[in-house]
Amino acid sequence: MATPEAIGWVGVPLAVIAGAIRVSTPFLFVSLGECLTERSGRINLGLEGTLVMGAMSGYGVAWLSGSLWLGVLAAGVVGSLFGLLHGVLCSLPKVNDIALGIALMMLGTGLAFFLGKPLIQPAVENLPSINFGWWSDIPQVQEALKINPLFIVGIILAPAMMWAFRNTRWGLIVRMVGDSADAARAMGYNANTVRVLATVAGGFLAGIGGSFLSLYYPGSWNEGLSSGQGITAVALVIFARWNPLYCLYASLLFGGAGALGPALQAVGVTQGYYLFNAAPYILTLIIMVASSSSRRRLAGAPAELSVTR
Amino acid sequence: MTSSAINRRSLLKGATAFGIGGALSSGLRFGTARAATLTIGFIYVGPRDDYGYNQSHAEGAAAVKKMAGVKVVEEEKVPETIDVEKTMESMINLDGASLLFPTSFGYYDPHILKLAPKYKDVTFLHCGGLWKEGGPANVGSYFGYIDEAQYLSGIVAAYTSKTKKMGFVAAKPIPQVLRNINSFTLGARSVDPTITTQVIFTGDWSMPVKEAEATNSLADQGIDVITCHVDSPKVLVETAETRGMFVCGYHASQAALAPKGYLTGAEWNWEKVYTDYVTMIQKGEKVPNMLRGGLKEGIVKRSAYGAPVSDEARKHADSVYDKFMAGDFVIYKGPIKSNTGKMVIDSGVSQGQTDIALESMDYLVEGVVGSTS
Amino acid sequence: MRIVAKMATGGPVEVLLVPLIAILASALLFAGFVALAGVNPLEVYALMYKGAFGTWFSLQNTLQRAAPLLLTALCTALPAQMGMVIIGAEGALVMGGLVAVAAGLPLVGMGAPVFLTQLVMALAGMIAGGLFVALAGALRHWRGVNETIASLLLSYIAIAVMNQMVEGPMRDPASLNKPSTGAIGDVYMIGTIPGMDVHWGLVFGLIFCVLTWLLMFHTSFGFAARIVGGNARTAKLVGLPVGFLVLAVTFLGGAAAGLAGMVEVAAVQGRANASLVAGYGTGGILVAFLARQNPIAVIPVAVLLGGIAASGGLLQRRLDLPDATVLVLQGILFVVLLASEMLYGRLAVPRLSLASFLRLRPQRS
Repeated sequence: MATPEAIGWVGVPLAVIAGAIRVSTPFLFVSLGECLTERSGRINLGLEGTLVMGAMSGYGVAWLSGSLWLGVLAAGVVGSLFGLLHGVLCSLPKVNDIALGIALMMLGTGLAFFLGKPLIQPAVENLPSINFGWWSDIPQVQEALKINPLFIVGIILAPAMMWAFRNTRWGLIVRMVGDSADAARAMGYNANTVRVLATVAGGFLAGIGGSFLSLYYPGSWNEGLSSGQGITAVALVIFARWNPLYCLYASLLFGGAGALGPALQAVGVTQGYYLFNAAPYILTLIIMVASSSSRRRLAGAPAELSVTR
Repeated sequence: MTSSAINRRSLLKGATAFGIGGALSSGLRFGTARAATLTIGFIYVGPRDDYGYNQSHAEGAAAVKKMAGVKVVEEEKVPETIDVEKTMESMINLDGASLLFPTSFGYYDPHILKLAPKYKDVTFLHCGGLWKEGGPANVGSYFGYIDEAQYLSGIVAAYTSKTKKMGFVAAKPIPQVLRNINSFTLGARSVDPTITTQVIFTGDWSMPVKEAEATNSLADQGIDVITCHVDSPKVLVETAETRGMFVCGYHASQAALAPKGYLTGAEWNWEKVYTDYVTMIQKGEKVPNMLRGGLKEGIVKRSAYGAPVSDEARKHADSVYDKFMAGDFVIYKGPIKSNTGKMVIDSGVSQGQTDIALESMDYLVEGVVGSTS
Repeated sequence: MRIVAKMATGGPVEVLLVPLIAILASALLFAGFVALAGVNPLEVYALMYKGAFGTWFSLQNTLQRAAPLLLTALCTALPAQMGMVIIGAEGALVMGGLVAVAAGLPLVGMGAPVFLTQLVMALAGMIAGGLFVALAGALRHWRGVNETIASLLLSYIAIAVMNQMVEGPMRDPASLNKPSTGAIGDVYMIGTIPGMDVHWGLVFGLIFCVLTWLLMFHTSFGFAARIVGGNARTAKLVGLPVGFLVLAVTFLGGAAAGLAGMVEVAAVQGRANASLVAGYGTGGILVAFLARQNPIAVIPVAVLLGGIAASGGLLQRRLDLPDATVLVLQGILFVVLLASEMLYGRLAVPRLSLASFLRLRPQRS
């Protein structure tokens, strides 16, 4: 057994960094998924439900099949089915995307709790991690740098999406549909089809984000697993200004903020832990207020997006 | 569409798991059928298979189900609002229940207190030990001195720790929780007075991500034995095992979740308590309004020792266990100082388990790192 | 956002027929779902009827559960008249409950008259909830912050503040193992409606629904507010005080949820503590959308959902279905009802004006 020396106050920034790495992945996947969806001009508030569904189905499939990565894939597939449902229903005339998102949040959570009952007890192994801390002698640093491959995928995905939005045909189509459905139609693209596909892809990513919760950190299925990470990640997209790279930074910030409360208590700062726990929400709100304006549309906002009108 | 097929499989699997109890209550029988069988309602505040508080009660209910002449109805995730009042009334009115076990602390005041006078022929047995003299006659309240088992866990932890630093992840700084933290610490410090216990409060009874983060923070601070007081210790125990820490369980046994690091644990023994109660009622005996006890009375128990526990530790813990069983061991024997340096129990004063002063504990003893607010 | 604008279309037959179709479709879907789970759907529905409406006890249970939903639904429904989607009723309820206790306890301490104390508590709760949601409205109007997300974040923050207060400055030292504020005491509780085991919150909810319906659909204030909801630019052009309207309507919505918080304190808990967070806010969102944001339609919908909630326990106990069964049914209902929006204007039924129909008499459904 490792018997690390205490590292005291140095532990706080370390815990925040480690927390950022451990806790940020679900935020990252959901926000990247939502970023894609919103760029196409739709908002899917239902990703909270998708996240929880992903967590449950990923855990369930991993348990039944014995393959963890199959579980991750299944979470993605379930997530994209939810995305498909949202995408298709929103394409119907007069169906409001915000309201439907709230509805899918409830449906996803309900289904996950219902189907997940037999999964609370079984213990499933966790996804492996890659040790990037081999160079350090300090066990805490080694521990902090045990990194899950999904996190790495997320880190690569963010700039890749950014690049794709700017330089690929698909990226341009998504952005065009998001900025003007009429222009897209004139070019011969069906806005609804593009949006459905973007929502399906967004759901896929959110589902994967959910599987991270149940299969890696904290690494088991239960009904309290998501304390609003999905919905927070949707908010995060807005203050990341629909920029995938900013989504990455914002997710890291959030992960770190979430680790602050326990880390401070671990070194003896014991007052006001409820407020520390609420830190991520307060932070989001402050940034949203600071970065919004009533006169102009948010910089970078897709013009077709209902939340920015 | 492979995933949906698998989902259906797990769904059906779940359905059969739930079906075990379902056989008892099939069909649509309404009204009161109290004559031959005793209908008993169990109400849980969380999911009943949470590896923790609610599971410990559900295991008690499962033991009652096996008894002759009873019918058990259960409802889980009932919040401490008007919902629980309606659930109790529904069990009484629609299921014909005449004995209720509302198992969450917060169900008592105002909810049970409101219903008890209205349904005088129903017995309410509440977990929490809140009944006071002059309270409704048809209400009983029970609770266990689980801190005795925590004290034993502390002893075992002290022998196993190399860094001499313990961690305790707790939900809220309420007397029951503080008492567990203090007893655990006193147990550990009875072995080695240099030991400290670092406390982290998560703020609520079930916060998986916060609990995992707290466990990691504690590990980073060089803490090598951890225990907790949250509703479902599963996440904490699993995280501790991953971090190579030793862990003492709580509520139920989590030994299966940490084969390497599980030392021992403080568990409830509701199987015994609930079957005893039901036997009493079946025989027509008067149920006591207040039932409290610890290891000796069989209300709490401890998990079997795990592999890392040394012979020395076992011997010491067993000797104290024997004293508890004989009824002549007092945890809170002065002088005891709080971690703010205040004398909380004077020298020569001895507060036995039933001492009412312990019920309103608002301090952390010397050696605990943390504060009560 | 165009939720409200769209609702103006559709004749009276459609207004009843479309939700009916949606409810039937949801019922079928849910039946299929429970059948997959190995339970006979007919048995489920029979039990649900028994548990929700089948006995006098069940009916009271249903009405009791509908009471807070009436109020929290208005927190979403009223701002929706102005085109805003507010989902912060949970936070407004919590703030309302907390502030109501803070206002009531000193009066209780002085031995103030019961009615006066209750009135002050109700007003304090309404003002607290109202200001809370008006904040989201103000952020929307003057800073362009999306009100849906802002109200949700504010809700999380409100809950954290309540916990901090209840376990810190406002904690009653005697509330040992369940940290709470001081109790207002039995004398000051608002009690139940005579002859029923349902607290006065139900009556407050009904009155609030009717009054706000009159306000939104029969006054020039409401007309102006709905114009803003239809098109804010037009509203500005014709010189409507958009900022004032936004603040007033969000305040009213929040006040309803705040009153629900006061009722939780004064009729159920007797004190403020973590039990105030019981999901009534979330339930209210569902009710509001199912009622298509119409305050008068909130009444039957809240009763329907109260009934579903009331029967949930019976499903657990008799059929061993998980507690989440109710959530699944609500989710299906919500999704299908939203999808059914597309049917408006497409059914071959005689069309009259919805507005004129609603003005004649309360909607029946």
